[in-house]
Amino acid sequence: MSHTIDSIETPAPIRHFAKVCDILGRHRNDPSKLIPILQQVQDEYRYLPEEVLTFVATSLGIPPAKVFGVATFYAHFTLEPKGKYVIRLCDGTACHVKRSHGILEALYGRLGVNAARNTTDDMLFTVETVSCLGACGLAPVMVVNDEVHGEMTPEKALAVVDRILEKETAQ
Amino acid sequence: MTPAHPSPPVKTVSLPDVAARYGHAADRIARRIIICAGTGCVANGSLQVHRVLEEKLRAVGLDTVTTVELQDDHVHDVHLSRSGCQGFCQMGPLVTIEPDGILYTRVQLGDVDDIVELTLQQGEVVERLLYVEPGSGQHHRGHHEIPFYKLQQRTVLKPCGLLDPENVHEYIHAGGYEAARKALCEMSPEAVCDEVARAGLRGRGGGGFPTGRKWQLTLAQPGEKKYVICNADEGDPGAFMDRSVMEGNPHAVIEGMTIAARAIGADEGYVYVRLEYPLAVQRIRKAVADAEALGLLGDDLFGSGCSFRLNVMEGAGAFVCGEETALIASIEGQRGMPRPKPPFPAQSGLWGKPTVINNVETLASVPLILLHSAEKYRELGTEGSPGTKTFALTGHVANTGLIEVPFGVTLRKIVFDIGGGVLDDRGRLAPDAFKAVQIGGPSGGCLTEKHLDLPLDFDSLRGAGAMVGSGGLVVMNQQTCMVQMARFFMQFTQNESCGKCVPCREGTKQMLALLDDIIEGRGETQTLELLEQVATAVGKSSLCGLGKTAPNPVLATLRHFGSEIRAHVIDKRCPAGRCKALLKPEILADRCKGCTVCAKKCPVGAISGEKKQPHTIDPAKCIKCGVCAQVCRFGAVVGV
Repeated sequence: MSHTIDSIETPAPIRHFAKVCDILGRHRNDPSKLIPILQQVQDEYRYLPEEVLTFVATSLGIPPAKVFGVATFYAHFTLEPKGKYVIRLCDGTACHVKRSHGILEALYGRLGVNAARNTTDDMLFTVETVSCLGACGLAPVMVVNDEVHGEMTPEKALAVVDRILEKETAQ
Repeated sequence: MTPAHPSPPVKTVSLPDVAARYGHAADRIARRIIICAGTGCVANGSLQVHRVLEEKLRAVGLDTVTTVELQDDHVHDVHLSRSGCQGFCQMGPLVTIEPDGILYTRVQLGDVDDIVELTLQQGEVVERLLYVEPGSGQHHRGHHEIPFYKLQQRTVLKPCGLLDPENVHEYIHAGGYEAARKALCEMSPEAVCDEVARAGLRGRGGGGFPTGRKWQLTLAQPGEKKYVICNADEGDPGAFMDRSVMEGNPHAVIEGMTIAARAIGADEGYVYVRLEYPLAVQRIRKAVADAEALGLLGDDLFGSGCSFRLNVMEGAGAFVCGEETALIASIEGQRGMPRPKPPFPAQSGLWGKPTVINNVETLASVPLILLHSAEKYRELGTEGSPGTKTFALTGHVANTGLIEVPFGVTLRKIVFDIGGGVLDDRGRLAPDAFKAVQIGGPSGGCLTEKHLDLPLDFDSLRGAGAMVGSGGLVVMNQQTCMVQMARFFMQFTQNESCGKCVPCREGTKQMLALLDDIIEGRGETQTLELLEQVATAVGKSSLCGLGKTAPNPVLATLRHFGSEIRAHVIDKRCPAGRCKALLKPEILADRCKGCTVCAKKCPVGAISGEKKQPHTIDPAKCIKCGVCAQVCRFGAVVGV
């Protein structure tokens, strides 16, 4: 299933889509694999650029509207670039009753973002909420990229952000 | 093991042979240290503890292995292994030492030296790392003494926390895949369906539909091609048992699916996992690869001539995909929108073929039934709901985590005995703090004080206007506003409504707006009537389970917390003090000592008064943040 097609000869004009071609090849241009294809494209670009979606649609022989339909239906897909650090704050029931909302406000305040515009101008941070991360025993929970932070408070959450900022400015 | 060329089937390994060789190798290791590597413990740093512990063990000259190799004939001192989620996430990282029967909690890197030098080398127990019971302050040495574990009946969850989830040999040594072999080699499809039906196993994903019957219906369908799908799209906020089973015992899910495939005559299956569970995805993928390598998945399984292949697919973040027809649409590469039933998936499911969809916990229970018989399975639980159920116990309770109890146990036992009691807002145990338990997530309802002695099972809960759902139990204390909770769930379902049918799409929006009216002080008596009417209509007319159950939290609040919701509407007062718009903070002159602390702490300068004289709050300036009430040592600030 997961054998890669090693070298697809791509002509020069669409050279920057070589990775997409590789992903499509891995799924044998099968339209029923649209979701895994989009997931892998998003892993590559950190978002789904519009021209890539059209390219995927043409390659799979399905209408672009269908690809856009799927890409906008699922919460995981984003048509906008996200920050280098994606902070996902859990707002599941357990986290909610343990006041995750205060943490969100604190993050919004520190990073100058809000629910509508959730990525910082320098593209360093994106703050989003998720409905449950399944780590309810450690509520409230915050995940930065893949790192889980449990039993958060507004202070602890800001300390995590500060550590990242320190690391980034040091580089 | 690698086949010479791709196509010929891998001959299935001999289970007794693997078990015997694993047993032989494992018996030559004096001690086993198990470090929990579930999501919770990893977040608390258990992998670092594992690494440092391994270095330390080697540094002091203890011969250590991290996995048991079948061909290993040497004697070792320590087997340092990882396990899946042990359920007591809040106490993590958890370190178990066997055969000493010691459980160390909240182990940090600095504790590693003491564990090795005192416990392993001198046989002493490190008291400070033992679990301390919140109420009595008593220290407990191991699982068998800690009430949180002692009062449970772990069957499905038992291997999570003992077995190394990434070692298929250990699973086989513990009796794994024997039930699959039995189903494939010794039982007819009808016999498998009948055994599961006699056990009375009911779907653990929420609906509680009898699994055996579902299989019988699918078996009866004509057609060569059929599918088995494992629904691991555990979307209910506040539930994480499926995650734990997949992280801790992924082979049980694969074995359950193989048995289901035998029962209905399927040769292909899908595990549809939520992408929010990266570790579960990784473990299940590894388990599938390992099972394929041993010929436990593939063609001619156990020489029976039957094939079963398994695909793992990650979801893309849509709660509605937990609904079976939406899940099927998602596997087919479509938007995850449900379609009307009938036809049921048993008749026309994935790619139009007969399909069985079962939940993770249901599938993980199946091998137990075949291994020990339906009668044995029925020994636990109640007549209508046999067996055990895992619940995710969270919220304002002393011991949060994953628990497994037989159906029929009371809520009181879960919350007060296993959970250790209810916490107030400051995190202290408080005897009167219990207000309600939210059960079954956004489709469920509330249980209150009067339900504390109700035996919990599928039918009794339905009678109480709640449902088992996926098994999330969120304990709420007196400082929780039930209207806010209803709003929270409505916001969730409104976000997750796929938009296909009007009652759900528009109805959830209207209910949310009505709840906002109540919370913000615009509620009138008609608001309540309208809310109830909309809720009833949405429940009756929505297309799928998401919409049909979306009004449940609202209806439960209206039913059980009528006086609280009326206080919001009529008196414009929030009894729990959570709805900001309804707060009327004031300082009681007879209690205020004029210490000026509140005036100093007020972020907007709304409090004034002379030193040693009663202070007052200017309502025009006050933002109702509640700081004054928190800092007042005399309890003089009320209403916020």
